[in-house]
Amino acid sequence: MYSRYARRYARLVTMPSTAPSPKRSAPLAQGGAPSHTLTDVTASDSTLRRFLHGLPGVDAVGLEARAASLGTRSIKTTSKAYAIDLAISMVDLTTLEGADTPGKVRALGAKAAHPDPTDRTTPTTAAVCVYPDMVAVAKEAVAGSGVKVASVATAFPAGRAALEVKLADVRDAVAAGADEIDMVIDRGAFLSGHYLKVHDEIVAVKEACGTSARLKVIFETGELSTYDNIRRASWLGMLAGADFIKTSTGKVAVNATPANTLLMLEAVRDFRAQTGVQIGVKPAGGIRTSKDAIKFLVLVNETAGEDWLDNHWFRFGASSLLNDLLMQRQKLATGRYSGPDYVTVD
Amino acid sequence: MASAFEYAPAPESRAVVDIAPSYGLFIDGEFAEAAEGKVFKTVSPSTEEVLAEVAQAGEADVDRAVKAARKAFQKWSALPGAERAKYLFRIARIIQERSRELAVLETLDNGKPIRETRDADLPLVAAHFFYYAGWADKLGHAGFGTEPKPLGVAGQVIPWNFPLLMLAWKIAPALATGNTVVLKPAETTPLSALFFADVCRQAGLPRGVVNIVPGYGDAGAALVGHPDVNKVAFTGSTAVGKEIARTVAGTRKKLTLELGGKGANIVFDDAPIDQAVEGIVSGIFFNQGQVCCAGSRLLVQESVHDELLDSLKRRLGTLRLGDPLDKNTDIGAINSAEQLARITALAERGEAEGAERWSPACELPASGYWFAPTLFTNVSQAHTIARDEIFGPVLSVLTFRTPDEAVAKANNTPYGLSAGIWTEKGSRILAVANKLRAGVVWSNTFNKFDPTSPFGGYKESGFGREGGRHGLEAYLDV
Repeated sequence: MYSRYARRYARLVTMPSTAPSPKRSAPLAQGGAPSHTLTDVTASDSTLRRFLHGLPGVDAVGLEARAASLGTRSIKTTSKAYAIDLAISMVDLTTLEGADTPGKVRALGAKAAHPDPTDRTTPTTAAVCVYPDMVAVAKEAVAGSGVKVASVATAFPAGRAALEVKLADVRDAVAAGADEIDMVIDRGAFLSGHYLKVHDEIVAVKEACGTSARLKVIFETGELSTYDNIRRASWLGMLAGADFIKTSTGKVAVNATPANTLLMLEAVRDFRAQTGVQIGVKPAGGIRTSKDAIKFLVLVNETAGEDWLDNHWFRFGASSLLNDLLMQRQKLATGRYSGPDYVTVD
Repeated sequence: MASAFEYAPAPESRAVVDIAPSYGLFIDGEFAEAAEGKVFKTVSPSTEEVLAEVAQAGEADVDRAVKAARKAFQKWSALPGAERAKYLFRIARIIQERSRELAVLETLDNGKPIRETRDADLPLVAAHFFYYAGWADKLGHAGFGTEPKPLGVAGQVIPWNFPLLMLAWKIAPALATGNTVVLKPAETTPLSALFFADVCRQAGLPRGVVNIVPGYGDAGAALVGHPDVNKVAFTGSTAVGKEIARTVAGTRKKLTLELGGKGANIVFDDAPIDQAVEGIVSGIFFNQGQVCCAGSRLLVQESVHDELLDSLKRRLGTLRLGDPLDKNTDIGAINSAEQLARITALAERGEAEGAERWSPACELPASGYWFAPTLFTNVSQAHTIARDEIFGPVLSVLTFRTPDEAVAKANNTPYGLSAGIWTEKGSRILAVANKLRAGVVWSNTFNKFDPTSPFGGYKESGFGREGGRHGLEAYLDV
């Protein structure tokens, strides 16, 4: 495939000599070294800057219009049932509160493993997402269920700490058994134009994850503010070896939106077309209803394509979403709405 | 699109619209049979099902309608603007209230997807009536003198591509300025105009202010040639427009023509590519390309040609063609067998002249009139498909090297209705827009309509402007 960015950066980029081989064969980076073919781009601050600023611009009005128009898809009956089960299986059931206790985390783990106690055919969620000090408890709570444990790290949510502190945070979580690490980028460095600093930090965290944990890179899109920045951050994260790119922490005013998720889906689609490496996407924060979740799945389906319709490649960072999905699932099964007393509080 | 995530059928209910087996002409506030008793059938283009039988207006009927409009003119034009505005506001609100019904009706009769009638046609129809209602009592401030006068009886002939929206473009400014109208809808799409007649009755509009005379070209010719018509407004093909101009020449009739187009959609190498692809798609596949201002010529800077075409083809692969009433349908049916034959012939001509044809894998329904989204590459200015209006879902892709060449190629057409510019560079947008000879120039978007914005053509795309303050002029004696 004669791909977009390679044409623009022909001199900076070594193209893969074979056609991309998509899907699960996407390699886990070994020891922190990115496994794509765009390594020349990150050779120096100036090459990286030139690459990121050379990405095509994003027209905000057009992007939002496209997201809105995909939001009008009408998903009914069998396709709705498929979408709801898929969405449940993609939830990273999250609790990230100062008040988190082992009891709370155990309850969350039980819920992730058996979301609907009245219906054992309900899929498990993809993961539970907790702070590093709760990883061990979470791990125990979901043992044997197939549910993964994701841990935020790197001085989440602000990320304002020394690199060594962030790395210690990551190592701690990995040592406690975390299957996935959700890191935050240094938005300050990004906004002041120090892209290589952001890049190198991701590479270091990736290294700390080793081969056992997948790395999700949170951009905090609400703080990056412009769509051009979100596109640049997406490419920066992918170049640095992210396994997932993630919108937000859920701790700021603007979190996942259909438009910023659509933009990130375009980025992973283009990145795979160029390098053959598939990267996952995780919108997080603010997705509360089944209707919203289904809209995001439509975005995935019609932007990145069906290869991403799998919880290995797409997640929802959410907490209250799960109960709404379960109520809608019960509605489809029984034909009537059950109400909040028929799903569990967690 | 074969996917794990198939969308189950999600059809809009047909039950919201009650189509009678037969309809009359709407003259002087009453539905009536044609003088000669003729009728014609209107079919659903997606299934070829006959929807209704409609009275076919002839010369005598047109004459009766013009007389009714003339009779109504005196009182209507003498009403204070604020009073006329009340009727228009009422019509606008009724249209909003009945928008679901009218959207389904329009989709059935025209073949366009419900997504478009629901989200584009009907909201715009209501918006036009609201907008011109607002002008009715402020005409003295529109820049056409302190007390501009209406012209009299307006004879209006509209096309089948946006039946109700074109009606709104014609009737709303005419009534706001104090004219009365006789309107002839297209023979393949008469139903929404007849439902509009019912809306007029519901709004209590005085008799004879709006008259609807469905029929064929002969009825249109009779209306345009009628000696007691003061104003002729036509939207349709350039060939018919020229005929009308000849008919009207030498009379005192005021004329506006909104005719064909061969819009250039210009994509520069610094364009926001993903949004440009969306704009190209809506530019040529909105309403199956049956849009006079369609962006039917894609002019792409040669240095981004390949990557743009890759993206565009991938995107076309996701278009959903099929039942227009399904809420997930992107591409509906072609309006008529005749139009389908024209598109088919021109596409074949493109192939014969050596352009490279491409369509996504796309299954066409067995009955009805369908044409797969199609694009032609290796097209030059010399190809017929780069010069003639196809009026269908067919995109011709041409390349250019410099901004000057883009402008030269964009303007190298007998038409001049619309154009698009895609670039992230603001100064280039302004510089290029100033040089394009097109009535509407969109930048980083395409096919966006608004009642406040004037619309009309250069050269063989016609003259006069509809919409906005400028749209009042065509209906005022200035």
